[in-house]
Amino acid sequence: MTQHVSPPRDGTRRTAAPAGRPARRSLPVRADVRTLTLLGVLAVLVLIGGLTRPHEFLDTRNLQLVLTQASVIGVVTVGMTFVITSGGIDLSVGAIVALSSVWATTVATQSHGLAGILLAATLVGLGCGLVNGVLIAYGGVVPFIATLAMLASARGLALQITDGRTQVVTVRGVLDLGERETYVLGVPPLVLVFAAVAVAGWLLFHRTTFGRRTIAVGGNPEAARLAGIDVRRQRLYLYLLSGLCCGIAAFLLIVLAGSGQNTNGNLYELDAIAAVIIGGTLLSGGRGTVTGSVLGVLIFTTITNLFALNNLQTDVQQIAKGAIIVAAVLVQRRTASTA
Amino acid sequence: MHQLTASRRRLLLGAAAASAGALLTGCTSNDTGEGDGDRTAANDRPAADDKPGKRITIGYAGPQADHGWLNAVNDNARQRAEKYPDVTLEVTEGSNDTAQQIGQIETLINRQVDVLVVLPADGKALTRVGLKAMRAGIPVVNLDRVFNTPQAYRCWVGGDNYGMGLNAGHYIGERLKDKPNAKVVELAGLDNLELTKQRTQGFDDALKNYPNIKKVARQAAEFTVESGQAKMAQLLQAQQDFDALWNHDDDQGVGALRAVDQAGREDFLMVGGAGALSAFQAIKAGRGVLKATVLYPPTMAASAIDLARALGQGKGVSGLAEFEIPSSLTCYSAVVDKENVDQYMSTGFK
Repeated sequence: MTQHVSPPRDGTRRTAAPAGRPARRSLPVRADVRTLTLLGVLAVLVLIGGLTRPHEFLDTRNLQLVLTQASVIGVVTVGMTFVITSGGIDLSVGAIVALSSVWATTVATQSHGLAGILLAATLVGLGCGLVNGVLIAYGGVVPFIATLAMLASARGLALQITDGRTQVVTVRGVLDLGERETYVLGVPPLVLVFAAVAVAGWLLFHRTTFGRRTIAVGGNPEAARLAGIDVRRQRLYLYLLSGLCCGIAAFLLIVLAGSGQNTNGNLYELDAIAAVIIGGTLLSGGRGTVTGSVLGVLIFTTITNLFALNNLQTDVQQIAKGAIIVAAVLVQRRTASTA
Repeated sequence: MHQLTASRRRLLLGAAAASAGALLTGCTSNDTGEGDGDRTAANDRPAADDKPGKRITIGYAGPQADHGWLNAVNDNARQRAEKYPDVTLEVTEGSNDTAQQIGQIETLINRQVDVLVVLPADGKALTRVGLKAMRAGIPVVNLDRVFNTPQAYRCWVGGDNYGMGLNAGHYIGERLKDKPNAKVVELAGLDNLELTKQRTQGFDDALKNYPNIKKVARQAAEFTVESGQAKMAQLLQAQQDFDALWNHDDDQGVGALRAVDQAGREDFLMVGGAGALSAFQAIKAGRGVLKATVLYPPTMAASAIDLARALGQGKGVSGLAEFEIPSSLTCYSAVVDKENVDQYMSTGFK
């Protein structure tokens, strides 16, 4: 990402595009190439799957499986896209998912049924996001440190609540959402939620002032402030949004795994950041794409699926995953620069 | 020391607690109201030697109990010690941090406890402090995760990972031996750990005795419910038809069983590992695919206390001919199925 992409604090781009409407004319071409590259990668993966395990891979149930497994981390990734676009980072997403999932599955919460579990999961997510946001926006703590602290504390609290025990969900209505009987025209409810969050995220990002402010804050906070944006409030909202996404993801995970555990959401922060970066969002902020992030998540989930179907072991999986991240980013850079 | 570390942890948790605490107070209660659910099997077993001897203090240092099995281990040790009027147990706050655990054990050495029982967070890394205790004249009972050298402990008590695989393999083998071209699938635990390799090795070795059985797939989960569900869902998609599954760990088995439910599959036999209460209950109910589980008994911690007491009082193990306790003791990985599950129910951990 050298001279072709305006670096975040590049004054020339800012003068060409005021903070309110940042450089929208120059971006679509490159963004489309990026999306096409990601779709190409996905197509190659599907081809490999179709060739190696045609019967198991090209199967409705497998499609349902891949999308379901993608939905939990997918929702987290949508929130992460906003945070990274704004020039921040949220290292606490996995821990927030863990805390929300255990808080929402205690015996006391479960006694309030589906509504209680859903409410607890989202409120705990929002609460953690609020703490992150206040610390970063008004406390002046850098995002890396603030969310790292939240990672440690939220994991600790999750452990304290569970005492390391697995909290099995007994609320029938919640469990049913993860089973075939509730599929809507063959689409699992979890996938519907993921799709809804992705679409809402896309609209928020590309069609509202909130989205434009996010890009502006990430591109050049000083210019954004001079343009009349309340940068601090915007940052607070962004971490709240990420926390909310974690809360929703925690609910999905509760449905999927039928339980809450303090080990939930292990290394989600890395998976989400990897998907966001592969998708084409700049780690330094100022440019982002929700579509790219969603495709990034789908690529990773498809890879995991391919490995499992071909019975490859963990060591091979990890090596290949690293190689694929590098390859995808390199290919993207080439295609982006030749466009 | 106990109080000091506890208060420090509370301080650390302050930020997170403040965020969520106000919103949903009361919702974190896990009290089922069923009263005394924490009792383990340690209480109803005959002790090594019930005759009271000289008063001794046993220092116990374990890792942070961040999952069910370790919780059960700590509970077993504590309750076993309570059973003996002549034993005082000094328990450290559990820690997964090597440096912190070394510090805690050094404190116990300085306090000159009579015997140490140590379940290290990392056996290799804590060898040094085991040696230090032994040199200071405090005998060490090394629990489960073994130190680098036998010089660092007087007695090792632990589970048998290879034996778990072996017994799971034999159990499955006996049930499928008359079935031509039988297919078996393995859901392993965390692949980074040596114990996972040992379990798989034992399983493979047992299956070699049954030429009609072939292991067609193996995937590794991470001992968590979430990873168990994810990996099992993939395995079920990859293998549309198989006869038996061995899952290394009952905790991840909760997730694996969820995936089996979600896929609507019931055409195979599943054997678990470790011995969780939920697994015992499912085996007893007998409705699902889970038919048996191989133990990695948390009662080994109670036995470690027995051995430490015998060591401190200069006794052997009653029922054995020697005047001293053995230098190593490997617990048997029994297979628990519907036939004998009632006997083991009280050892099941949550």
